[in-house]
Amino acid sequence: MALTKQEWAALETKANELRSLTLETTHWAGSGHIGGGMSCLDMLTILYYKYLNLSDDPNWEDRDRFILSKGHAGIAWAPVLCDKGYNDPEQLKTFNLTGSKMGMHLDSNKVRGVDASTGSLGHGMPIAVGTALAARVLGKKYWTYCILGDGECDEGEIWEGAMSAANFGVTNLITFVDRNKCMIDGPTEQVMKLEPFADKWAAFGFIVKVVDGQNLDELDDAIAFAKANDTGKPVVIIAETTKGAGIKSIEGNYIWHYGAMGEDMYAQCKADLAETYKARMARAEKEGK
Amino acid sequence: MASGLTYTAVESTALSTAEYYGKVMCELGAEHPEIVALTADLGKSTKIGVFGDAFPDRFFNVGIAEQGMFSMAAGFAKAGCVPFVSTFSVFAALRAADQVHADICYQKANVKIIATHGGTSFGQAGSTHHAIVDFGVERTFPNMTLICPADGMETVNAVRAAYETPGPFYIRINRGFDRVVYDSTDYGFQLGKAREMRQGTDITVIACGSCVFQAMQAADFLKNSDGLSVRVLNMHTIKPLDVEAVQKAIADTRRIITVEDHNVIGGLGSAVAEVIADTGKGCAFQRLGWQDSFSTIGLHEDLMSMASIDSNGIIEAVRAVMHKDFEVDDNWDDEV
Repeated sequence: MALTKQEWAALETKANELRSLTLETTHWAGSGHIGGGMSCLDMLTILYYKYLNLSDDPNWEDRDRFILSKGHAGIAWAPVLCDKGYNDPEQLKTFNLTGSKMGMHLDSNKVRGVDASTGSLGHGMPIAVGTALAARVLGKKYWTYCILGDGECDEGEIWEGAMSAANFGVTNLITFVDRNKCMIDGPTEQVMKLEPFADKWAAFGFIVKVVDGQNLDELDDAIAFAKANDTGKPVVIIAETTKGAGIKSIEGNYIWHYGAMGEDMYAQCKADLAETYKARMARAEKEGK
Repeated sequence: MASGLTYTAVESTALSTAEYYGKVMCELGAEHPEIVALTADLGKSTKIGVFGDAFPDRFFNVGIAEQGMFSMAAGFAKAGCVPFVSTFSVFAALRAADQVHADICYQKANVKIIATHGGTSFGQAGSTHHAIVDFGVERTFPNMTLICPADGMETVNAVRAAYETPGPFYIRINRGFDRVVYDSTDYGFQLGKAREMRQGTDITVIACGSCVFQAMQAADFLKNSDGLSVRVLNMHTIKPLDVEAVQKAIADTRRIITVEDHNVIGGLGSAVAEVIADTGKGCAFQRLGWQDSFSTIGLHEDLMSMASIDSNGIIEAVRAVMHKDFEVDDNWDDEV
């Protein structure tokens, strides 16, 4: 399985639109979690525009579930939920502002399409295990997808959820880790070492796939692998990403975990995104099947 | 049978409160296939394990991992199941406070927490296993309903009411045996409505949980020995509190004592004090419970005696409050 040239190019175009909208939302809000939003945006794109089985009704009970455990990446998720038609895109212009339905951490009771309110780190993993096990109890066929932050994996609760996923053989859950290697206070390996990270997940009973999280084709392969998995062990996809991916001026700098930008910086970021799009379309053309 | 440490001589033939809980869970489980049960290595102790014996495919023992358990429960609820979650009260309220706060209450997730070994009922285990701050924690969570049933019969009613009422619930029950307050479940339990256990006009004792029986005993004793007419209210629902019943007690008796196996800060006493303050009426008032101190190791009945929340403690408090001046005259009109 691999993305066709056409499929890959269409996803790159969508990812570019979403990166631009995330940047714009950050600009409208005055500031935002742009670094960690951008790093997981390719995962959001391939999930929402290829894999998630959704309908126009965000409460359709057979829909696939998506839990954004790193809830602060809401600034990248909100544009997706507007683009999918669940929410009015005009709401992005009031993101984080007083009285807005949308803010830093999306509220499942206010934003349509949000399966769980997250923000307190570590919770999303076991919430996703719960929604996945509920499918088993209720005789449903839906999948649950969950994106964790790597810094978030310092939380003990992530590993409580991981133990449960392995113990109960939760294979209708696909877990991603956005391994952007940065957290608020610095690089993950300086603040609190995670490595050997893949070995940790393997030791907790997972099949581990490590991929380039900014390569849609590699993500696609990993998801296809996880969906075909019949071993009884859950799969985690460690997506090696770059904080601020797509915006060269901020890429890889932990300072951009959360940031505000003036007009000059905003213009520079927009120019960076255009360059990224060009480069990534060229890659899709070259490497797509 | 549970190896309950309290009142075994008197109630040796009855079921422990948690055993009633296990029984009603099996009934509910048979009626409703969307009910699931979760515990953290306390299936046997909390009695939720009997649900697991009956419905193994709907029972999830997550090991000693309370935080993950409450988040998982929220996930189950968001997907359409009705999870009942049981662990010791102190861990439900404290170890997993963030999960109950953010995942369950904030999302209005339909999760029912049945927290056992409440108050100091796990006597010998000491303060790490006593829950004397859980009311204070749960009461301040928006969307949470908080119940502390008086005995096994009331536990059955509370658990059924929790299933029938959407939203988060925290029901605190004791370890082992409670003195029997109700002969059957058929006494007209109403969520959020205090139950008048003894009529009275001189003073009102407002109690919850195991203190209800003690308050009834004290009232009966004081009637015979002191000729006092002591009203006893079973305030099983601490949130939402039956404000009307408290206002009526203020107006009718103008003297109130609260009794709870909990710190006097943050629990039933505080909730009643808030109502008294809101009314602006003068009222002689005393809160019985743990006086902002940790409990100690011992039998539950001994600990209740130490905290003056047994019948003797209540009798003494009633006599003291009957002699308390709260107003120079009986004219209500000059009060705020």
